[in-house]
Amino acid sequence: MKAVITVTGKDTVGIIAEVAGVCAKHSVNILDITQSVLDEYFAMIMLTEIDKLNVGFAEFANELSELGRSKNLDIHAMHEDIFNTMHHI
Amino acid sequence: MINTKDILETIQMIREENLDIRTITMGISLWDCVSDDPGRLCNNIYEKLTRKAERLVSVGKDIETKYGIPIVNKRISVTPISLVGGKSSPEDYLKIAKTLQKASDELGVNFIGGFSALVQKGMTEGAKNLISIIPEALTETRNLCSSVNVASTKAGINMDAIALMGKTIKRAAYLTKDDNSIACAKLVVFANAPEDNPFMAGAFCGVGEPDAVINVGVSGPGVVASAVKRAGNCDLSELADVIKKTAFKITRVGQLVASEAAKELGVPFGIVDLSLAPTPAVGDSVAHVLEEMGLERCGCHGTTAALAMLNDAVKKGGVMASSHVGGLSGAFIPVSEDAGMIAAAECGVLTLEKLEAMTAVCSVGLDMIAIPGDTSEEVIDGIIADEISIGVVNTKTTAVRVIPAYGKKAGDRVEFGGLLGYAPVMPVKTESPARLIARGGRIPAPIHSLKN
Repeated sequence: MKAVITVTGKDTVGIIAEVAGVCAKHSVNILDITQSVLDEYFAMIMLTEIDKLNVGFAEFANELSELGRSKNLDIHAMHEDIFNTMHHI
Repeated sequence: MINTKDILETIQMIREENLDIRTITMGISLWDCVSDDPGRLCNNIYEKLTRKAERLVSVGKDIETKYGIPIVNKRISVTPISLVGGKSSPEDYLKIAKTLQKASDELGVNFIGGFSALVQKGMTEGAKNLISIIPEALTETRNLCSSVNVASTKAGINMDAIALMGKTIKRAAYLTKDDNSIACAKLVVFANAPEDNPFMAGAFCGVGEPDAVINVGVSGPGVVASAVKRAGNCDLSELADVIKKTAFKITRVGQLVASEAAKELGVPFGIVDLSLAPTPAVGDSVAHVLEEMGLERCGCHGTTAALAMLNDAVKKGGVMASSHVGGLSGAFIPVSEDAGMIAAAECGVLTLEKLEAMTAVCSVGLDMIAIPGDTSEEVIDGIIADEISIGVVNTKTTAVRVIPAYGKKAGDRVEFGGLLGYAPVMPVKTESPARLIARGGRIPAPIHSLKN
């Protein structure tokens, strides 16, 4: 199973490291990262594998949102199924 | 493989265009709660609801987090209470209403629907008793919703029941006069009421439904409006395709959430109601979709045509996205819950007559419309009879949810708050249809050949 983590907000040092830290803590493997910075605006999409996730998905997603709030960023983890069902028949 | 464009599109829909799941509604059958003792009946109902729906709210929240999509309401619909209440007295029906409220409080759901009666052909004593106590039931509870089906294409129109509903609506408005006659916002009069509708105030769990069932209502007028805007000046065939594709995506999310909720709760999946349900929030308006399609203002000439196309395209796109479609399915046009409708009504372009015409081509009917508080019972009966006739003759669901706002006159404003929004009080014709209504009886079922 995969999850997509999206991060948007003002660019600061160490955003990827922070998010990757939470992933590592919960045994979430990062498969791919796409990021862009436009006029100080940071947008990152991270594709992760959550088969070995050591907490409930809701808890993992909440921890990332919490991290986002503390850094003034918008961070969301969403299960891949929502993208698959919406965009693939 | 998921690509970046798809991810960004989904996220934009959710964060900026107000895509949400409007409701997960658990239908719960109360047939096995029936008892000849009113106290035991209430206990059975409370016990069954709190057992069956115990995890509804928590499962809803988990799904919200998992997929990152808001699920605005978690609701319950029950078997029409007049069917399980049997010979109960009006006072007993009031006790049942309070029991439903108590269960709703315990479970933390937003609304509970089904304080209902099906009287399209005639009324049982139970149905009469239930209808007689609707105003008190809706005044003394907060989350309870009530509906009465007064007509069907097969049975015709029960005018005696309509006459009763005008009276009931007026009394409900009076009893909640200090609260903007809010009780009327929780009461719907139906023709051809669907048995699996997840939307309030008209939801109930129909007689052919299983013991428990999950029905999901999607939303997304904001997403459709943005897609129409992006499509630019294309012709209407292309525009219909754009709407279909958007409706498909929206409904797929509904299907995903519905099957996940059904699996988690161990309850069968019923239907997805593929509706465009607006909210008063900016950018979540069906009227704005119509205006984006090319109308200067919703309600002007051309509105019915635009709405007919929108409604049809939403259905065509949505049907393929879900394994089972049902409920009301289509575009909703509640006035107070739609910022664009409110604006169009306030400037006088959108009138009651135009709204009535629009209901011939979309789902539901005259919905969340505030009318002057001194409107007579018979005029309300006439409004109901007109709207119900459209549904009966066209073999579709129509409904009336009007609020004769106590003490208010045309041009005033009524605030309901939350998802119910606010409404400008719209003028009605005051000439009386009293003689027609007083005739009573039934309007026979319409013929279905010789169509013209």
